[in-house]
Amino acid sequence: MKYVDEFRHHHHHVELLTKAISHACSRPWTIMEVCGGQTHAILKYGLDQLLPPDITLVHGPGCPVCVTPLDAIDKAMAIAALPEVIFCTFGDMLRVPGSDKDLMTVKAEGGDVRTVYSPLEALTMAQQNPQKQVVFFAIGFETTMPTTAMAVYQAKQLGLKNFRLLVSHVRVPPAMQAILSSPENRVQGFLAAGNVCVVMGYSEYLPIAQHYKVPIVVTGFEPVDILQGILRCIQQLEQGRCIVENQYARAVSEHGNRQAQIMIKRIFKPVTRSWRGLGRIEMSGFELNTAYADFDADNYFQTTHINTKEHAECQSGKVLQGIIKPTECPEFGIRCTPETPLGATMVSSEGACAAYFAYQLRQLNAKTVVEH
Amino acid sequence: MCLAIPGKIISISGDDALTRTADVSFSGLITTVNLAYVPEAKQTDYVLVHAGFAISLLDEEEAKTTLASFEDLNNSLQQES
Repeated sequence: MKYVDEFRHHHHHVELLTKAISHACSRPWTIMEVCGGQTHAILKYGLDQLLPPDITLVHGPGCPVCVTPLDAIDKAMAIAALPEVIFCTFGDMLRVPGSDKDLMTVKAEGGDVRTVYSPLEALTMAQQNPQKQVVFFAIGFETTMPTTAMAVYQAKQLGLKNFRLLVSHVRVPPAMQAILSSPENRVQGFLAAGNVCVVMGYSEYLPIAQHYKVPIVVTGFEPVDILQGILRCIQQLEQGRCIVENQYARAVSEHGNRQAQIMIKRIFKPVTRSWRGLGRIEMSGFELNTAYADFDADNYFQTTHINTKEHAECQSGKVLQGIIKPTECPEFGIRCTPETPLGATMVSSEGACAAYFAYQLRQLNAKTVVEH
Repeated sequence: MCLAIPGKIISISGDDALTRTADVSFSGLITTVNLAYVPEAKQTDYVLVHAGFAISLLDEEEAKTTLASFEDLNNSLQQES
């Protein structure tokens, strides 16, 4: 068992599952996944093309880079431009457009912006550069929070005074509730993000499934996982059931990773946050607990003079709620491309618009070539 | 962002609960990973790795159960057709 090949390159299972989905599906259904990794796998492997036309997949706010609010990005750029700062970020954030530039531009202008793979690398940088302020841009869902929480916890234990987080963590369940509560909602079933549930378990999804009468299937990331998640969702919809099922049982347990949850609770507390494209969602984000407030870059640098300005043409808010598909935006592929993005969903490696641009244009081109 | 990759633990170093690490092989590419969130992890286990941390042990029995369920699915589809 390698845990990848068995679920990725298995044509027999893919064929079987697509046949079972067609067999189970008798009328139109709309399903949303809330994980950018799943969105990209769906487009990359063309899974949407294998489904019966009655099934519409819409892509939720599952890319943390895409939903990081503009003011957080503008704050990040203001802090990163300071001469005393080493600003550390996951690579995905570098090209996300702020009000008038991105972090890559700040770096080109002389800001010390560094890409890291783990928050622990930023912690090491703080130890090695005591004369500098090292700031880590803590974005991400519940999957990533244990990693930034551990960096802050260790920084406190080490007595570091030059390590801080710019926190913009968010939680998935409140965003699902916001989508389901919207009068424009068209989502009838969810694939829940597997790796978020690795950390948090899935018990918090039970009341959502009950209250909104939607099936929720915790789903992994490989093609076979996603097709099986869709099948189980369709089976529930067809049978009029709405429970939480766990397709990704090899990694997810009902109660999740207790150690990780304890660390999250020790370091962070829930707060109401704005999501880019979606607006304010009650108790949908986190900030540092009072005991760790000294590590808050937002407090320390007092970046209050931020005036945000979003591109009026960008429809990523509607894309993130599943109201439109990326290709339904009039600017898609014309004024908005990965080189000249109007919004974060076009540039993030997990954004829905970027996925459609990378893979669906490729499919369209391939079809054109065949037709000619 | 939430991408987490399965890898196999080759060796484990340290005994401090917060800083214990493992060398984890991803199809031959070896990376050092923090084990604070999977204290029960041991050599040869498979773990899911995200941003430098193992966040879950992978359960072989559950993976086999998932794969075995496709046999049942195949049988039931054949019976119905």
